[in-house]
Amino acid sequence: MQGSKGVRNMDDNLIIRGIEFESRLWVGTGKYKDFNETKMAIEASGADVVTVAVRRVNIIDRKSENLLDYIDPGKYKILPNTAGCYTVEDALRYARLAREAGISDLIKLEVIGDEKTLFPDTWGLLQATEILAKEGFIVLPYTNDDPIMAKRLADAGAAAIMPLGAPIGSGLGIRNPYNLKIILETVKLPIVVDAGVGTASDAAIAMELGCDAVLINTAIAGAKDPIAMAEAMKHAVIAGRLAYKAGRIPKKLYATASSPIEGML
Amino acid sequence: MKLIVNGEFFETSNAGTITDLLNELSIDPGQVAVEVNLSIIRKSDHSTFRLHEGDKVEIVNFVGGG
Repeated sequence: MQGSKGVRNMDDNLIIRGIEFESRLWVGTGKYKDFNETKMAIEASGADVVTVAVRRVNIIDRKSENLLDYIDPGKYKILPNTAGCYTVEDALRYARLAREAGISDLIKLEVIGDEKTLFPDTWGLLQATEILAKEGFIVLPYTNDDPIMAKRLADAGAAAIMPLGAPIGSGLGIRNPYNLKIILETVKLPIVVDAGVGTASDAAIAMELGCDAVLINTAIAGAKDPIAMAEAMKHAVIAGRLAYKAGRIPKKLYATASSPIEGML
Repeated sequence: MKLIVNGEFFETSNAGTITDLLNELSIDPGQVAVEVNLSIIRKSDHSTFRLHEGDKVEIVNFVGGG
């Protein structure tokens, strides 16, 4: 297969460290109106991976519902994140708590460097990746669209690389497709675009570039109709993946006629 | 016994172990992780790990996130 990186099976399912993913669209569970809307959007998206955050249980109001009452961990792969962590120590703490609370070694590792941009602190990210990989975690680091850092994270033991398309929640789309292409060429790990997607065409672009999956939260949860947008994203990711595999035509400045000259009057 | 649970002062009536505390708070142990004084206490140790006056207990679970 074109661009094969030895991580795909015959059915074109994505496999990371032996875990097979049926969907190349991954979805977040934040910012929804309620758990029911979360559930309906996830179902419409066709995703089998959902990200979650780790937070204190509300011990005052024990009647509050639990996210996992709506999202069956038997049906979906739960991918906990370390969102909100600004230091290596905090990221390690949240990752370890996530593993204890959950059922797998998967962690979407975030070490955030700045509140305004939510850009990753890649220096801290690299250290945390190395430590958690040694502890047996399947580390999926959220990083910049920086090919050198992507390579370093791979060398540090990351199981996949999750470069941003644009700042989290910004909806600016894939701002640097050329860097993503370089990452795809130089890093022999699955590449999952994380953050920045605003609408369906952005997801399609990421997949057309050859990325292995796309993680989307705000673009779905923040849409006027999240369930419809979830379905749009599903189709966009499938279309983008098919287009990538099909192999697009080269771009040219001038026209080439589609109808023959021969036989004209 | 006075504990600090999730940042709040909590006076427990009969919590000697983590299992007792989770029961008192009506928390399903299956979906949470528990930390005492910054050390994670595995689920298998909940019933035997004894809490002490002033312990800082954190009980976390999964919430919506991206």
